[in-house]
Amino acid sequence: MSVTITFKDVVKRYGNNTVIPSLSLEVKQGEFFTLLGPSGCGKTTLLRMVAGFNSIEGGEILFNDQVINDRPPQTRNIGMVFQNYALFPHLTVEKNVAFGLENRKVPKQEIPGKVERMLEVVQIANFRKRLPENLSGGQQQRVALARAIVLEPDVLLMDEPLSNLDAKLRIDMRNAIRDIQKNFGITTIYVTHDQEEAMAISDRIAVMNAGVLQHVGTPQNIYHRPANVFVATFIGRANIIERPCKYENSKHVIELSEGYRIVLDHLDQNYRKNSVKISIRPEEFIFSDDDEGIEATVESSVFLGLNTHYFVVLKGGEKVEIIQESNIGKILERGTRVKLKVKVEKINVFDRETEKSITKGVVNDAESI
Amino acid sequence: MRNLSRRNDIWTVITIGILLIYTVILVYPLFTILKASVLTDGGFSLEYFQKFFSKKYYYGTLFNSLQVTIAVTLLTIIIAIPLAYIMTTVKIKGHSLLQGLIIISMMSPPFIGAYSWILLLGRNGIITNFMKDTFNITTPDIYGFTGIVLVLTLQLTPLIYLYLMGALRNIDNSILQAAESMGCTKFKKLYKVVVPLLLPTLLSGALLVFMRALADFGTPMLIGEGFKTIPVLIFNEFISEMGGDDAFAAAISVIVIIFALTVFLIQKFIVNRKAFSMSSLNPIEAKKEKGIKNILAHGYVYLYVALAFLPQLYVMYTAFLKTSGRIFVKGYSLDSFKIAFERGSDAMLNTLKIGLIALFFVVVLAILIAYVTVRRRNMLTNLLDITSMVPYIVPGSVLGIALLLSFNKPPLMLSGTVAIIVIAFMIRRLPYTIRSSAAMVYQISPSVEEASMSLGASNIKTFFKVTLPIMLPSVISGAILSWVTIISELSTSILLYTGRTKTMTVAIYTEVIRGNYGTAAALATILSLVTIISLLLFFKLSGKKEVEI
Repeated sequence: MSVTITFKDVVKRYGNNTVIPSLSLEVKQGEFFTLLGPSGCGKTTLLRMVAGFNSIEGGEILFNDQVINDRPPQTRNIGMVFQNYALFPHLTVEKNVAFGLENRKVPKQEIPGKVERMLEVVQIANFRKRLPENLSGGQQQRVALARAIVLEPDVLLMDEPLSNLDAKLRIDMRNAIRDIQKNFGITTIYVTHDQEEAMAISDRIAVMNAGVLQHVGTPQNIYHRPANVFVATFIGRANIIERPCKYENSKHVIELSEGYRIVLDHLDQNYRKNSVKISIRPEEFIFSDDDEGIEATVESSVFLGLNTHYFVVLKGGEKVEIIQESNIGKILERGTRVKLKVKVEKINVFDRETEKSITKGVVNDAESI
Repeated sequence: MRNLSRRNDIWTVITIGILLIYTVILVYPLFTILKASVLTDGGFSLEYFQKFFSKKYYYGTLFNSLQVTIAVTLLTIIIAIPLAYIMTTVKIKGHSLLQGLIIISMMSPPFIGAYSWILLLGRNGIITNFMKDTFNITTPDIYGFTGIVLVLTLQLTPLIYLYLMGALRNIDNSILQAAESMGCTKFKKLYKVVVPLLLPTLLSGALLVFMRALADFGTPMLIGEGFKTIPVLIFNEFISEMGGDDAFAAAISVIVIIFALTVFLIQKFIVNRKAFSMSSLNPIEAKKEKGIKNILAHGYVYLYVALAFLPQLYVMYTAFLKTSGRIFVKGYSLDSFKIAFERGSDAMLNTLKIGLIALFFVVVLAILIAYVTVRRRNMLTNLLDITSMVPYIVPGSVLGIALLLSFNKPPLMLSGTVAIIVIAFMIRRLPYTIRSSAAMVYQISPSVEEASMSLGASNIKTFFKVTLPIMLPSVISGAILSWVTIISELSTSILLYTGRTKTMTVAIYTEVIRGNYGTAAALATILSLVTIISLLLFFKLSGKKEVEI
């Protein structure tokens, strides 16, 4: 049976070095939940605390209502998939998959059937007699997945399982993992530093930095309404500029450049400070065809087929990146003067000091616990 | 990275257990020897140390040992560098065979080498006699300093050679090509680029050679004659006909240990300052050379292998000669083997029995120690790590005396038993086996063990079902190497044996001393064959062409 995983004020310390100061979170039953963050942010540490390979220095981790802090890994009923697969090199594919079943005292006659069905699910049945060294990376990953899932664990833990695969295989495998997880309905925690992978695969994502949850939410919400500047820049690309902000006629008005003011009705009505940080994603800029807009000069361009990226310098000296769908016509040359407008309803605005979003529509589950 | 609940697991118990064993069989004996050296009639005194430094007869041996070890260390380095460099960079005909012969020449007991050179160049040696009878030339005296250095150099060069072969494999060819592109070629390339890259390896190899040469007993005993080294002095003082002086032997032992420890620490100090790591994606490939270069390269390698191996072959040859009493006469026979089996069958069985028992303990302890020191780093395992490496700097004869002084009275009355020899072999071999086992553990990713735990296997089950099976192939080949070194051990067994526990090496040694050259040669041949067969088995099983000592 899959479970709900609850983290209550969890602390991780190595000696005097606190890696995770205090973390609270709830992963729902059957959910595909991803921990995303730059390397060293504590995501793998947290995963290994759930697995039982790292000690917990404070707080509690619960599976449903059971505290698992002091349970050894053997009794947590977890399935774990490792970055380097960690297959047993001396055992064949089927013996690898049967390993856990034998430990769980599953009746001997049931084991071959279970193994066989699992190998079918991950499409590796043809290789059952092979040793891991004779399998490709993708095949090894399928065996690792089968080995973890065949036990019907309460929780499936995956530590950057796709990072050793090539780009194309990574996409195939992440779809396979997603399908299998949904079929079995196992509560899954998945660790990655690849934001595209996280968005493609997850029900919800937790963006972590320096051991602290920055934003917990659906991929769409995290992308469109990031909770703070870190999340805005870490997920996708974002140009961050500082501008004065005024509150007039119960609406916020931001002067992006001389003569180009935008009126926003999707900001926190109670916000009254007069300076903000604005995050504008490259695709949220529009080349203006009238006289209105931010003055800018094209510095360089990169043609990538579907899209063309421009790097331009705003009048104030800020450098920003713009993405436009490629046109048949000529690419704007270096030195071309342009005027830029923004897609007002899409941009996000943050307090200048705290860098927290003052945009309506942010759904951050990290703060609701 | 360890869970609190797992800190006090079965491995802690095992660590403490092994530490206790070491306390009894190593720490206590070393302490006993220290105590014996400074106690006279119940009081503290440095009398024995004064005695040692007051007579040239005594302290001269220290200088003798120093001369021998320095000469041997330098010569092995000088010979091994070109040997390894040629074997790596030049295509040599019969490369694998030569490599095998070099290893065999290293693994056979050193005193058999000494004995073979006496047969060739000794007072009654065949080359000596041939030169005298045919050309009336007197060959240089092989006894004393020259002989010891010759034998030990040939014996120990392979050690540095193998270290260097390993290091050369880690040098990326592109480094050499870069040097060449900057105009650094030939010999300049060798001493400006290759040798500096090999330096850390050279230093660790040199330390090993130094310790072996310092501790070797059989060679100076057989070929040294008037030129006494420290192990010979210790042996003589301890087993003197006029009733040995235990305390004095203990004092000399303490001096040797201090000396060895000093050298060890100096070497560590230098190595730590020079350490860097290399890994090669593109190892150096052997090239076919032409003309004079090719001839010189082949000549050098063949000459070395011939010098290292042929004398031993000659010993085997003499085993098939007819003997009359103690001298060889014309014609061939298997009589020597017949006598060898009559007189030496006990020794053979003893070697087999003691060797296998010691091997069992060496392998089990080495695996456990390697595992806890690599996987469970903490205060206790660090202590275990250091303790297990102590025998590295304790010469065999010193260890033998320490064990005898410690276990000659109840409750641990072990002198004269199989147990004491097993213990000695175990202690001496363990540092090497632990090191090679640790290398295996390093190669196993910790996540493989974690995977096993996450799949419900307990810590101990994980070790037996996952870790150990992965290690097993290397464990078996490591065990064969341990076996080969155990059966050729002389310097402790010569002190610890009694009539019932005589080993083959002791038997060969006593036959040589008694002048029964035919029997000695036959026994040596049997021992060499066992060694060679064991090594062939090792090559076959491990698929390697090299050994790590």
